[in-house]
Amino acid sequence: MTAASMPAPLRERPVGGMESRERTARVLIYVALIVGAVVALLPMVWMVSASLMRAGEASSYPPPFLPSHVTFEHYRTLFTRLNLGRYLVNSTIVSLVVTLTALLVNSMAGYAFAKLRFAGRDRLFRSLSAGLVIPTQVAMLPLFLLMKQLGLINTYWGVIIPGMASIFGIFLIRQYALSLPDDLLDAARIDGAGEFRVYWSVVLPVIRPILATLAIWTFLATWNDFMWPLIVLSDESRYTLPVALANLSGEHVQDTELMMAGSVLTILPVMLTFLFLQRYYIQGVMAGSTKG
Amino acid sequence: MGTVVNTGTAEVAQAPTTPAPPFPTRRRRFRAAHEANVAGYWFLAPAMVLIGVFFFLPVVASLLLSFTDFDLYAIGDLANARLVGLRNYATLLKTPLFWSALQNTFYFALVGGPLSVAVSLSAALLVNARLIRFKSFFRTLYFIPFVTTLVAVAVVWRYLYHPRYGLLNYALGTFGVGPIDWLGDPRWAMPAIILMAVWKNFGYNMLIIVAGLQSIPEELYEAARIDGAGWLKQFRHVTLPMLGPTLLFVSVITMIGYFQLFAEPYVMTQGGPLRSTTSVVLLMYEEGFRWWRMGYAAAIAFALFVVILVATLIQIRIQRKVEQ
Repeated sequence: MTAASMPAPLRERPVGGMESRERTARVLIYVALIVGAVVALLPMVWMVSASLMRAGEASSYPPPFLPSHVTFEHYRTLFTRLNLGRYLVNSTIVSLVVTLTALLVNSMAGYAFAKLRFAGRDRLFRSLSAGLVIPTQVAMLPLFLLMKQLGLINTYWGVIIPGMASIFGIFLIRQYALSLPDDLLDAARIDGAGEFRVYWSVVLPVIRPILATLAIWTFLATWNDFMWPLIVLSDESRYTLPVALANLSGEHVQDTELMMAGSVLTILPVMLTFLFLQRYYIQGVMAGSTKG
Repeated sequence: MGTVVNTGTAEVAQAPTTPAPPFPTRRRRFRAAHEANVAGYWFLAPAMVLIGVFFFLPVVASLLLSFTDFDLYAIGDLANARLVGLRNYATLLKTPLFWSALQNTFYFALVGGPLSVAVSLSAALLVNARLIRFKSFFRTLYFIPFVTTLVAVAVVWRYLYHPRYGLLNYALGTFGVGPIDWLGDPRWAMPAIILMAVWKNFGYNMLIIVAGLQSIPEELYEAARIDGAGWLKQFRHVTLPMLGPTLLFVSVITMIGYFQLFAEPYVMTQGGPLRSTTSVVLLMYEEGFRWWRMGYAAAIAFALFVVILVATLIQIRIQRKVEQ
């Protein structure tokens, strides 16, 4: 584009050099952005591409980027011989149950911290916040022994229960619920609604956007979680996808294409969830940055 | 539903609160507030019980555990565990593997952490640049690696790092570099893990920094431009100081996260080669859940906690100094 074709900016900025310098800067920024996008996406694109290659094709030189012939045999192998359907079901059950209970438990607590007055509330909230600096791994050894006492080792519940309430989730809800007008709640009370009814029919509908955020966060975090499921699940038929994938990748080191198909299937559900609901997810990132 | 509240009111007497004097004119209001008083505990109860029993209790128990010789025999019969005082910690300090795990973890956190924040900051400046369009499109693209499953991504990168068939070495080869045995060479294994972690995580901090950038008033930049400040000067004297608190926040959370390195070495290197990628958490996992030396593993876990706590405090102090 020539300078003549953009008269408006020229009129605002009489210095001619400025305009061409901005144009150069814009081109450079776009180039950097595109290079960045390629770097960010290339591993994922290669993963999908390699999962469609014939066995052994990815291990040739020079490394091919696209399959010479598209095949779905590795996906078939995963479902027929390697039980992947089972792991998919396990991951789905665990993630859904954690998400649903986390929504209820954290929203009740977050709302109470934000809007209900009772003795010791703020002190309790402060001690809870202190828990945010404790790495979860510190709790894992005794948690394992506790789960063993409760007979929950190698069960879904062993994975689910520790995820049902989270300090982060309570923070998220509280932050949002703080802006609820007290008059709204009092009006419901004056109409004779009990406290649970106020929460259920007045508060929950109003805080729906943040509930969506919490739901997506919890679902993705549970789906992607690795260390605790690895510890608590010992029987292969109970494995969640990440645990199963780590296990398979030890046995099938040479089967590049098969492992890529397994990775695709592990990532695909969370990726779709994110792409469809990214507005709510990103809201969670922003809320996380202003907590406290 | 009403029953929950009713059970609550039955326990009014036990609630440790003093009711406000009952002004007749504000009777309704008072009753509402009073009821909320007890209901608050009921609303908190599920979350507090869960977090208390399944997080805070184990944390305290972990400290006690670290003073015992709890091992495989104690899992069978609790009577086999004995108090040994600080012996686990003494052993820890004498074990070279613990020191190298600590060193590897610091390497990952102190090189990978700042690198992550720097990449996030650059990406944030790019996607938020005044001159460009499609901002949210690029933002979403850059965020994608963050939402993926770490284990799956680690499996993918293991093949990208393959010395002969990996794409990375192929790309480097076209520039005449290489071939590098990324995961097989003790000098390169940790840089390889850092590179992957930066790729996976930068999108998260980028979003937070973008939010920080957008809260900087445009007038500050205009004033700087009128004073003749170029891009670099604007960045140094407007962007960086205004972004201070945001950068502190992302640095702290990134570092805390990076000190907990586990899945990457577990999947990609199993802590090798020559233990060069064994992190503190991986060591804790091996000692506690592979060899069942749980007392010793608990000492490792607490050492990690102390390290994270101290590092966080140091970082906050440095930031305060810089801001003054």
